Amino acid sequence: MTYQTKTISGVAVVSAFAAALSIVASAAPAAAEDEQEKCYGVAKAGENDCAAGPGTTCAGTSKIDYQGNSWKLVPKGTCETMELPDGRNGSLTALERDLPPA
Amino acid sequence: MGTAMDNEAAFARALLDAEAAVPAGIEGREGGGAERRFAVYRNNVHANLVDVLAGRFPVSAKLVGDAFFRAMARIYVAKTPPDSAVLLRYGGGFADFVAGFPPAAPVPYLADVARLEWAWHGAYHAADAEPLPQEALAALVPRAERLALTLHPSLRLVRSNYPLVTIWERAARDGGDEPVRLPAGGEDALVLRPALEVEVRRLPEGGAVFIQALQDGARLPEAAASASAAALAFDLAASLAGLMRSGAVVGTSGSA
Amino acid sequence: MAASVSFGTNPVPPRGGAGLKPEHYRTILDSAPDVGWFEVHAENYMGEGGPPHAYLTAIRERYPVSLHGVGLSIGGAGPLDKAHLSRLRVLADRYEPGLFSEHLAWSSHDSVYLNDLLPLPYTDATLSRVCDHIDEVHDAMARPMLLENPSTYVAYAETTMSEIEFLRAVVRRTGCGLLLDVNNVFVQAINHGFDPFDYLDAFPAEHVREIHLGGHAEDEDAGGAPLLIDDHGREVAGPVWTLYAEALKKTGPVPTLIEWDNDVPAWEGLFAEAKRADAAIAACRTSQPGPAGASPRP
Repeated sequence: MTYQTKTISGVAVVSAFAAALSIVASAAPAAAEDEQEKCYGVAKAGENDCAAGPGTTCAGTSKIDYQGNSWKLVPKGTCETMELPDGRNGSLTALERDLPPA
Repeated sequence: MGTAMDNEAAFARALLDAEAAVPAGIEGREGGGAERRFAVYRNNVHANLVDVLAGRFPVSAKLVGDAFFRAMARIYVAKTPPDSAVLLRYGGGFADFVAGFPPAAPVPYLADVARLEWAWHGAYHAADAEPLPQEALAALVPRAERLALTLHPSLRLVRSNYPLVTIWERAARDGGDEPVRLPAGGEDALVLRPALEVEVRRLPEGGAVFIQALQDGARLPEAAASASAAALAFDLAASLAGLMRSGAVVGTSGSA
Repeated sequence: MAASVSFGTNPVPPRGGAGLKPEHYRTILDSAPDVGWFEVHAENYMGEGGPPHAYLTAIRERYPVSLHGVGLSIGGAGPLDKAHLSRLRVLADRYEPGLFSEHLAWSSHDSVYLNDLLPLPYTDATLSRVCDHIDEVHDAMARPMLLENPSTYVAYAETTMSEIEFLRAVVRRTGCGLLLDVNNVFVQAINHGFDPFDYLDAFPAEHVREIHLGGHAEDEDAGGAPLLIDDHGREVAGPVWTLYAEALKKTGPVPTLIEWDNDVPAWEGLFAEAKRADAAIAACRTSQPGPAGASPRP
């Protein structure tokens, strides 16, 4: 496309549609289509179902999970290893504060 | 002694409020105190719901660590208990809560990761549909200029000012603890479950605007025009190919 | 829309069954274990589509299935959630379960879902409310329901009748069947200080159509008395197996479910428990012709 107009011509749409079909039919993705790559995160075999999360259960729990409103927590996650372009990273020093009332 | 409704309300209130006393008329063994026993119910409610959220937002939990995540989720649970016995629906407001949760502010992309995970969950449980096979798509070429595409019911878009898909992919993977500098700019994610597996894709420029327009019912020329207006680099053929290849197109509407 | 499949009537057999967990979908389909049946929590299949329905359909083609609701709040003070009832009906029509059950408990108040099975006082007022709700369930579902005896941690001062009296009255008034959770009997007995064998003796065994077995955790209350938590997070405890053998003498062979909902083991762990229930049912068949005679306690 060399310039923008408010509409795209019907001819351009038809030829793009035909071009899309030949991209799909060809074994190798076109360069631009590479940008819409499939990403692999939780798609390891067997994990998909578990990632659906625990649902409803009729059981109680023996796991004690009580926190008050005031905590001292140092997030220990992988966020610390990722640096944003502005130089920040998600690492926190000891966080100690009263949270908004639950 | 109040009405049954009042008694139930008092029980429910005391379950959700950790500071509340055991409701009147609730007893332990042989009429004894029930403080510790009532706490079992209180714990069941919170721990189970926190578990639900931890299972639904596993990448967010990995990013901030389990202890931080559970403490954060617990506050969400107390503020926003489920309004349906169908817990599959629980957690829709969690990303917005994270966005406004001051202790999470140093991880500014966390809310968008939670949005992506909620989209993943929605796609997982969405209605099923058969993607159009290639022959059916090929037969549409002559009427492409008048066509509106029906997209898969599982399809969801998550747009972000952060490199969301890169963050998600890296955090969801095992290992990957070596420090990394994230790329500048935002990324838009396409979440789709064409068959049984949920797939997450990184969209090219203009792709999200194009797909949003299609979801809103626009025909191809209008959808392409809005995408081109939003992103100079928008490539209609490539975006269409991406949708076709991923199985996102399940039908058409628009006159022949 | 998925094609509608008719499974036909496929009764749940008097054998050991297993609670169906997503972690086990693939193993079950791949290894086709000789387990009598599966039970699902209805609410986990109230999404529109996706893997849960795909796998449940495949498993339903191979095994009888029982539908177990955990969120209807039958013991609630307010009216039943009509939308939830119709979701249950849709599921039952789709999967044609051999058994359908719910709990003697409440779990919702004022549109807040509390995600636990909460206790109710046993009074004339709660009895008529529970009966009205069960009548409504019978009308909406067009199939009989089984009511499960609860496990509880607290009691109500206002209670005027025993749990057994309450359950007997519910059965008499509504015609519902009973789901006897033997682990719940044991948990109740320890938590409230009564003899579980006395409870079983008094239980209306002739109305029991299904039995549940599950694991519990041990804790204690503020006074140092033992407090068992019904967490379904481990193997069925030894004393509960003993109590189960006693229950079978009274009920005769009935479908028996192993519930394992937290810290879910590999399939083999759950399967082993179901086989143990199978063995107990077989032993009860050989030692006793039917549910008629009361037998001496061990």
